[in-house]
Amino acid sequence: MSAAEMVEPDAGGSGEFFDGMRRGLPVVLASAPFGLLFGALAVQNGMTIGEAILMSATVFAGASQMVGLELFGQTIAPWLIILSIFAVNFRHVLYSAALGRRTEHWSPAQRAFGFFFLTDPQYALAERRGETGKRVGFAWYMGMATPIYLCWVAEGGIGAAFGNLVPDPHALGLDFLLPIYFLGLVMDFRKRPLWLPVVMISAVVSVFAYYFVGSPWHVSIGAAAGVALAAILTPSDAGRAQP
Amino acid sequence: MSLTAWIILGGALATYLSRIGGHLVLSRFERIHPRVEAGLNAVPAAVLTTLVAPAATTGGPAEWAALVVAGLVALRGGLSAMFIAGAVVLILLRNTL
Repeated sequence: MSAAEMVEPDAGGSGEFFDGMRRGLPVVLASAPFGLLFGALAVQNGMTIGEAILMSATVFAGASQMVGLELFGQTIAPWLIILSIFAVNFRHVLYSAALGRRTEHWSPAQRAFGFFFLTDPQYALAERRGETGKRVGFAWYMGMATPIYLCWVAEGGIGAAFGNLVPDPHALGLDFLLPIYFLGLVMDFRKRPLWLPVVMISAVVSVFAYYFVGSPWHVSIGAAAGVALAAILTPSDAGRAQP
Repeated sequence: MSLTAWIILGGALATYLSRIGGHLVLSRFERIHPRVEAGLNAVPAAVLTTLVAPAATTGGPAEWAALVVAGLVALRGGLSAMFIAGAVVLILLRNTL
């Protein structure tokens, strides 16, 4: 790490910032449909345009914003909605722990500010840069985060502005787009260890809980079953063989 | 301020805690217990599955076909491709069946 830092010349802040921006542009394009979709579904689910923009600007996490929408539509205690958003975003805890080791040269204030923008692609690209021996500088990191963030918020507003104009939401399938989207996210994680057993038990348990306990408890109960299974199936000395 | 706005801000705070908390808490430990790490690794797939499976049981042929096609496309393509494929199947079947 230190050798790599000496070889790598510390490019000027603005150079790093623009390099980060270039990395962020594909992410902007890939996430644009979902930013727009979130805004459109938000107003379909009874949010105002301002609330949709507020959610994109302050939560800034696509999957959990969709989860929030799904639960807003039902009559559910506020703390359960917040808990569900937290549960979907819990993976960030691992990103944040890993990225902390790559950003030890940041000031505490830079970390407190920068980690707000720690989305899945932001983590993936920062981790990849770190692995190649390059410094994950604050300017580079924010260069990537800035266009992603600004476009995400704008897309939420644009989607919300046009979401009210949809004449027949059922014919356009708007009520069932979220489960399809969530299935895609589930499939995205399929390379993870124990993915299939976790998904299977969470599916079975959540369906049973949905019919015999009731919504929204099927989310917590089904998820807990999958997490518990993963912990049980993992030997407690799994990490020691590969130091 | 509306209740919705308060819930959004609560969700925002919870999200921020998940983004800063891992660094603040887990970085204090030399290593995480393998079972804890396996459990944390399983969280996103487990949570998201619970949002698909019960919804699938409430659907009909159009919804099931959309999920099957989208799931198959996801094996080869990315999130956008699978999502568009599923949406197209859903819209076509809903307007024809």
